[in-house]
Amino acid sequence: MGSEFGVDCGETIERLYHFLDGELTEDVRREIQEHLDACPPCVGAYGFETELRSVIADRCRDHVPPALLERIKVALVEEEQRTAAGSDPG
Amino acid sequence: MADQARFSDLAMEHMPALYSAALRMTRNPADAEDLVQETFLKAYRAFKSFEEGTNLKAWLYKILTNTFINSYRAAKRRPEKADVEDVEDLYLYRRIGDIESTGSGRSAEDEVFAHFTDTEVKAALESLPEAFRIAVLLADVEGFSYKEIAEITEVPIGTVMSRIHRGRKALQKSLLEFAVTNGLVGSADAGR
Repeated sequence: MGSEFGVDCGETIERLYHFLDGELTEDVRREIQEHLDACPPCVGAYGFETELRSVIADRCRDHVPPALLERIKVALVEEEQRTAAGSDPG
Repeated sequence: MADQARFSDLAMEHMPALYSAALRMTRNPADAEDLVQETFLKAYRAFKSFEEGTNLKAWLYKILTNTFINSYRAAKRRPEKADVEDVEDLYLYRRIGDIESTGSGRSAEDEVFAHFTDTEVKAALESLPEAFRIAVLLADVEGFSYKEIAEITEVPIGTVMSRIHRGRKALQKSLLEFAVTNGLVGSADAGR
């Protein structure tokens, strides 16, 4: 779908990732937004990419094993003691 | 200058994200655990040089990424493909965005997304060559800006943008393979 003003579909799709990433200047961002508001095919692609990104982020979360958390806490306490013992008390 | 005594209070909340990132980078739980521990110890020792009020999460990721690249990267052990095949924009959308819904009331794409398991999405991301994997991980899973990713990975911002862009497309290609394997998409739709 073309557009009498602002950006067309090609430019919108080309800049879709930058738009989603929040990495466009305010002027360009507004032009893309105006195009999306008026263009169902482009808004379909936008919705798909938005949802896909949220699925990817959501699926890539892991729980920290409790033993690792404990191990790191102990290591930090030991490091703190070593630093305190070795440093100039001032 | 940051007070070392406050390190645990401030840094611990970032451990789940750092551990997830470490798993994607090393692709190995034992190495991921060691990498996170080493990152926290290095960060603790260097914490006096951290400027409070600046982005602690980005600072921790920089230590994680550097430590990974210097000590854990798989490339040290075996050579890795260093590039990805270039595919067109909206690769996945053009193949599954328009397939017919089975009539469950959800859109077709929601049905496909719902079938992507944690294991598949992690495997798809982990299948990317290292530089692309790290760029996509930092952008899409952790939500860092291009500028922050450039600082974390110490590469120019143009390189970051290119790696994210191409890495995302390669990730979509890998996800489509799972959708085809699982019979969610016909291989005729995908085989282009």
